[in-house]
Amino acid sequence: MSARTYTYYPGCSAKGVGRGFTESLEAVFEHLGAGLEELEDWNCCGATAWPSVDEDQAFALSARNLALAEDRVPDAGPVDVLASCTGCYRALLKTERALAGPGPTADKIGGALAAIGLDYEGRARVRHPIDILVNEIGLDRVSAAVVRPLTGLKVACYYGCLLVRPFATFDDQYDPTSMDRLVRAVGAEPIEWPLKTRCCGGSCYCGGPVIGAMPEATMQLSYALLREATKRGADMIATICPLCQFNLEGFQDRMSRRFGRPLDIPAVFISQLLGVAFGIDEERLGIQRLMRWRLPEPAAVGASAPAGGGGDARD
Amino acid sequence: MLETEGALSPTNGGPKIGVYVCHCGLNIAGKVDVEAVVEFASTLPAVAVARDYKFMCSDPGQELIEKDLREGLVNRVVVASCSPLMHEATFRRATAEGGQSPFYFQMASIREHVSWVTADGHEATDKAKALVAAAVRRVALHEYLEPRKAEVRPDVLVVGGGIAGISAALTLAEAGKHVYLVERETTIGGHMAKFDKTFPTLDCSACILTPKMSAVRSHPNITLWTYSDVVAVEGFTGDFTVRVRHRPRYVIEELCTGCLECIEKCIHKQGKFDDEWNEGLSKRKPIYIPFPQATPPVVVVDPDTCIWFKTGKCPQTCIEACERDAFDFAQTETFDEIKVGAIILGTGFKTFDASKMPEYGYGRYPNVYTSLEVERLLNAAGPTGGEVVLRDGTRPKVVGIIHCVGSRDAKHNVWCSKVCCMYSLKLAHIVKERIGAEVYNFYIDMRTPGKGYEEFYDKILKEGVHMVRGRVAGVTDEAASPEEEGHLVIRAEDTLIGSVRRIPVDMVILAVGLEPRPDAQDVRRLFNISCGGEGWFTERHPKLAPVSTFTDGVFLAGACQGPKDIPDTVAQAGAAAAEVLAMVDRGYVMLEANTAHIDEATCSGCKTCVGLCPFGAISFDEERKKASVNEVVCKGCGICVGACPSGAAQQHLFTDEEIFAEIEGVLAYV
Repeated sequence: MSARTYTYYPGCSAKGVGRGFTESLEAVFEHLGAGLEELEDWNCCGATAWPSVDEDQAFALSARNLALAEDRVPDAGPVDVLASCTGCYRALLKTERALAGPGPTADKIGGALAAIGLDYEGRARVRHPIDILVNEIGLDRVSAAVVRPLTGLKVACYYGCLLVRPFATFDDQYDPTSMDRLVRAVGAEPIEWPLKTRCCGGSCYCGGPVIGAMPEATMQLSYALLREATKRGADMIATICPLCQFNLEGFQDRMSRRFGRPLDIPAVFISQLLGVAFGIDEERLGIQRLMRWRLPEPAAVGASAPAGGGGDARD
Repeated sequence: MLETEGALSPTNGGPKIGVYVCHCGLNIAGKVDVEAVVEFASTLPAVAVARDYKFMCSDPGQELIEKDLREGLVNRVVVASCSPLMHEATFRRATAEGGQSPFYFQMASIREHVSWVTADGHEATDKAKALVAAAVRRVALHEYLEPRKAEVRPDVLVVGGGIAGISAALTLAEAGKHVYLVERETTIGGHMAKFDKTFPTLDCSACILTPKMSAVRSHPNITLWTYSDVVAVEGFTGDFTVRVRHRPRYVIEELCTGCLECIEKCIHKQGKFDDEWNEGLSKRKPIYIPFPQATPPVVVVDPDTCIWFKTGKCPQTCIEACERDAFDFAQTETFDEIKVGAIILGTGFKTFDASKMPEYGYGRYPNVYTSLEVERLLNAAGPTGGEVVLRDGTRPKVVGIIHCVGSRDAKHNVWCSKVCCMYSLKLAHIVKERIGAEVYNFYIDMRTPGKGYEEFYDKILKEGVHMVRGRVAGVTDEAASPEEEGHLVIRAEDTLIGSVRRIPVDMVILAVGLEPRPDAQDVRRLFNISCGGEGWFTERHPKLAPVSTFTDGVFLAGACQGPKDIPDTVAQAGAAAAEVLAMVDRGYVMLEANTAHIDEATCSGCKTCVGLCPFGAISFDEERKKASVNEVVCKGCGICVGACPSGAAQQHLFTDEEIFAEIEGVLAYV
């Protein structure tokens, strides 16, 4: 297997509040003999509220990133662009598809790019790191890299709303399984639960369920996920989106008070779990940034990061 | 077998061509300047008469042609109108009525090929003129040909023993025709035999179907072959040769009386294998009969699960139990070859595979059922003897029926399956009546067109069945409140009250839609008919020839042509039987005159054509080193004509001169 370096688009969240995602992904890919090279001079993906206000402007933002990625690989073949935040992944993928053929949108965006000296040829292939891990690097290589199997750890794999919607490029739209397979490959046990792709409320809070636009709706949505994962015996929730992770991890005390049921379940990035199983130093995986982190015995050998039950963000 | 009518005489003298341009109401005249085309046509060489008329296909239109022919004004005819598929037969007949060979006729398609597909009126008129010029040049060269007739064999093949095939077979048999009814399964009856009751009258499905099944079995004019399939079809309308394969039952059908003693005595004390007839809701033994009224009432041994076949070690208590010595474990596939004049396909449908929609939890939650499974549950001959109980033996208190599963869905099947609204109402009624459960129906739109259907809907509403209008998002076992604990929850938008609802239920019934059988493409190729991309067989005309196909002599009945309920299926089966009777009782079919022939003087004896002919119509005389075409067998495909290196193979109505004249006609105008 030859080492391959992928162009990586982190986006604002996976460099900010969810920087543990980028850190752990970089460490895990490197450990598996692949590299992530951050796209130079990347800009906002254009997600957030922009698409519903002016879709072309959102496309233009994404298209600049895709054009920059293309420039990194001058030959004529397709260029994989990895986006970890599922909001970015969706926004970039939607742009890739919108510009996939001639038409008024392609003309308009092409004109905008030309004004800043860029040209998009349509070679970018927006992909999610989970897709690469499962379908390109492969579960065999993931399993082979495990030095500390997460035996006995029950994980609720939470895919969030955007990984398979609206575009299901590599997994089933209603019953995705790639995270479950990854978790199983490192010795942990994925739980069966029906909320894999239910919205966490991240899209209607923009600043947290406490100060966001629709705090009650957000809390209801997040609470359902936390309650159900706990009820079904999960030790932790594995996520693949900085917004989901933050939303699920950060406000458990407040939700406990609001709904009258104690909540205390770690919500981590799946790449952090993989890294721990690979024996990578926890600091490199950004484990210390988590508010709640614990591995159950006996797999918890050497788990030394902050003990669980931390306070809420901005609470 | 081949006759010529001989009443017509070759034309004397040179061609005098009549050109008739049709307005087709505004279909043609709305785009093409018909008068200009007529004026142009009258200037063409050999054109004696040029006229236009509002509808050439009408009786007065045809009379124009016949009159000109009879009065000797013209002796060849060009009609510029629709496509040959539409009205070539009409105008050929008119030409013959006028006293000429029907093949002294040529059609110019100025509707499908011009007015319907050309935006600009001037361009359309120009193109119409070019096509008329081509037809005029061509028809001048047509040779004198006489119509051919072929005898129609009186026997009929019906494929598929569901209610479609049963109805068609009985109608034909009652009319005195011999019918071969071929069914793939071990019994006839099809889907209808699985249902408990039928909408909207709620009559017991078995009570109305089984008399017809036994009538099929006992009818002297019906040869019933179950556990059999058609493996090859050769020939053409009126004279098909069909090869039928019979799969081994390991039980001699003529000897078995259906006493079922052997099943009782099978070494397996209990059923162990999924019973396909009960949709896997019960277990059967390796030797079984699908249901008590199976027709024929003959048991079958499943070699995949029978211990004797798997290990060779079994005391074969079944054989001991049989008083009639009906077992024959050495049976192998056998074949029959039959000759029939016409074929009716009634191969039916399959239901949508609900596991393709994981959001509804089929296969994950045991209390999610398909409608067909529930039909079996409700059926007195089914796995629970008609008791409405869940897999754990308890009675559901609340039942949710989800409509349009797999139907009206861009991700799966875009079509409406037509029967699901009505059968969902029927299931709602029966479940409520039997166990008094609360029943919720989740629908997109209620579609109840049909005699007594809307009244049935009204009755169900009055019985207190809850109707929620909105597409169901999912079925989950996630309990958001104490009331939901231990139940399945149906999440749906209720578009009438404008909110999202969560309704806890004990049982979910998925109203799975209808789709073509997975081997529809194979069947289509076998019988040389066509089907749409989705796999429903294509009728010759959606309105005016709904049971014919583009292959003469092959007809359609029932849901193999599209989703259909029982009344529509039976009506269509009757129509197909009537079409067959019209053909068989007439005793002959008219054949195309466009057969190939070989000019011996130019034939070099290379044999290229012999191997290429798909119909085996070309033979080779080794002594004289010449090929010759049997014009009875020739279908006029033209392959030999195109392949012949010396130009010896020629085809009536498609000679080189005729084709070149046609091309020159277009080019001369351009």
